[in-house]
Amino acid sequence: MAVHTINFEPDDRYNAFLKVCAKPTHGEGNLAGITIAVKDNISTQGIETTCASKILKGYVPPYDAHAVGLIKSAGAAVAGKTNMDEFGMGTSTENSAFGPTLNPCDTGRVPGGSSGGSAAAVAAGMVCMALGTDTGGSIRCPAAFCGIVGLKPTYGRVSRYGLIAYANSLETIGPMANNVTDVSLLMSVIAGHDRKDTTSHDKPYNHIPSADIKGLRIGIPGEYFGKGVDPEVAVVVRRAIGRLEELGAVIVPCSIPSMEYALAAYYVICTSEASSNLARFDGVRYGPAVDTKKSWHAAYQDMRKQGFGPEVRRRIMLGTFALSSGYYGKYYAKAQIARENVRKDFARLFSEVDVLCGPTMPTIAFKLGEKSDPLSMYLSDILTVPVNLAGIPAISIPCGKVQEMPVGLQIMGRPFEDERVIDVAYAYEQAAKP
Amino acid sequence: MVTEKDVEHIGELADIGIDNVELATFTGQFNAIVEYFDVLDRVQGEGAVTRDLYNVLREDVVEPSLSQDEALQNAGAQEDGFIKAPRVM
Repeated sequence: MAVHTINFEPDDRYNAFLKVCAKPTHGEGNLAGITIAVKDNISTQGIETTCASKILKGYVPPYDAHAVGLIKSAGAAVAGKTNMDEFGMGTSTENSAFGPTLNPCDTGRVPGGSSGGSAAAVAAGMVCMALGTDTGGSIRCPAAFCGIVGLKPTYGRVSRYGLIAYANSLETIGPMANNVTDVSLLMSVIAGHDRKDTTSHDKPYNHIPSADIKGLRIGIPGEYFGKGVDPEVAVVVRRAIGRLEELGAVIVPCSIPSMEYALAAYYVICTSEASSNLARFDGVRYGPAVDTKKSWHAAYQDMRKQGFGPEVRRRIMLGTFALSSGYYGKYYAKAQIARENVRKDFARLFSEVDVLCGPTMPTIAFKLGEKSDPLSMYLSDILTVPVNLAGIPAISIPCGKVQEMPVGLQIMGRPFEDERVIDVAYAYEQAAKP
Repeated sequence: MVTEKDVEHIGELADIGIDNVELATFTGQFNAIVEYFDVLDRVQGEGAVTRDLYNVLREDVVEPSLSQDEALQNAGAQEDGFIKAPRVM
């Protein structure tokens, strides 16, 4: 097969890239010659992969993530690795060890996170598409803040093989692009079964977006317009939902009572999984070399103190705490029950409606440095985390502006109905075209 | 209430390495976050979660994998084709 080389020299004034591939090669296929940026927690053979952490500085994976292998086989050119919150832990891309990414819509504001580099690279037109990952909103949040489209696929639909794990039971790789058609195209390449991921399902995605949503039942959970949601954002999103109604959809008010504790459950589960997953970073097998002359604990503590940033260390400790003797029942066990209640709430609603709609984020992109207190940053994730707890698909598409900044409409669907979520997004996108 | 002593203990368990300045900051943040987690006390429901999903296991057959060179390429310290770790004793 013919191999082509292209020149990729973006003007990266937003610090979207941690590594640029100046002369990427590509072959033939559905993505022939399309430049795709890859988030830096997704393994790329021969290209440094750091998760935006000092503890993986210099790490060059000896293999490709399954999704990366698939886009290469489809002819895409891997344009580089994008900035992110360290190990995916954050909502602003400020937690990168290599400096924050700036929002192309307003460089005084964050691009959202944790896939902020991928979103900024697409929004600024540096690449056509990007791969992101979503553990608690990390594709949808930056898509909303930067004014692009981002899909968090159903859990199990895209292989996680080669995704450097942070919270396995919640996270997935997903597509980001400037429009629904491109997101759908990238999804068709990366979805499907992979025997190297034991949670992978045999559900390929071969779908052409359709704008016909006549008779579709759309649930509007009251909690998505409640406390903490900026009234101006709520107005813009309600107007977008009105547009869907004009297209023939039926609007059904509803409620997700488990939202009350979904965020707390999410943070207990993700930090618990992180405390276990990130135990492997000790400077022995990869990353900067550990001092082998020191004793075991002293060497690891020194390495992990220098190598991990404050948010990562905070989450590892929170997870260690939630799993520790005497607290497990109060936190981890309760969080698992809460997670099941969230799943049941969605299952009940999806027996009455086809999709759910609401804002992706409670506010527009905040200013750099605005949220210095960790808990206030966590609270920004309130509208995105329920989807990850339930494993269902959800998309964010631009639906208007507040203070000249983009607002995202979130559309959530039944498990393995990513196609329907795409169709509703496509219907809105076509109707909203000027 | 999480004390500095608790956080110090957790730091030891996680091999995270904390100095005294950080200890006060982390303890303050921990208390705010853990207080928020207390909403979980109100959760009602079943403890056991069952699904129609099963472990996917295969026979333990040797298949092509990374070569020794590839497996070692990222290790900071090596000796005689092995990865070198800090001493345990």
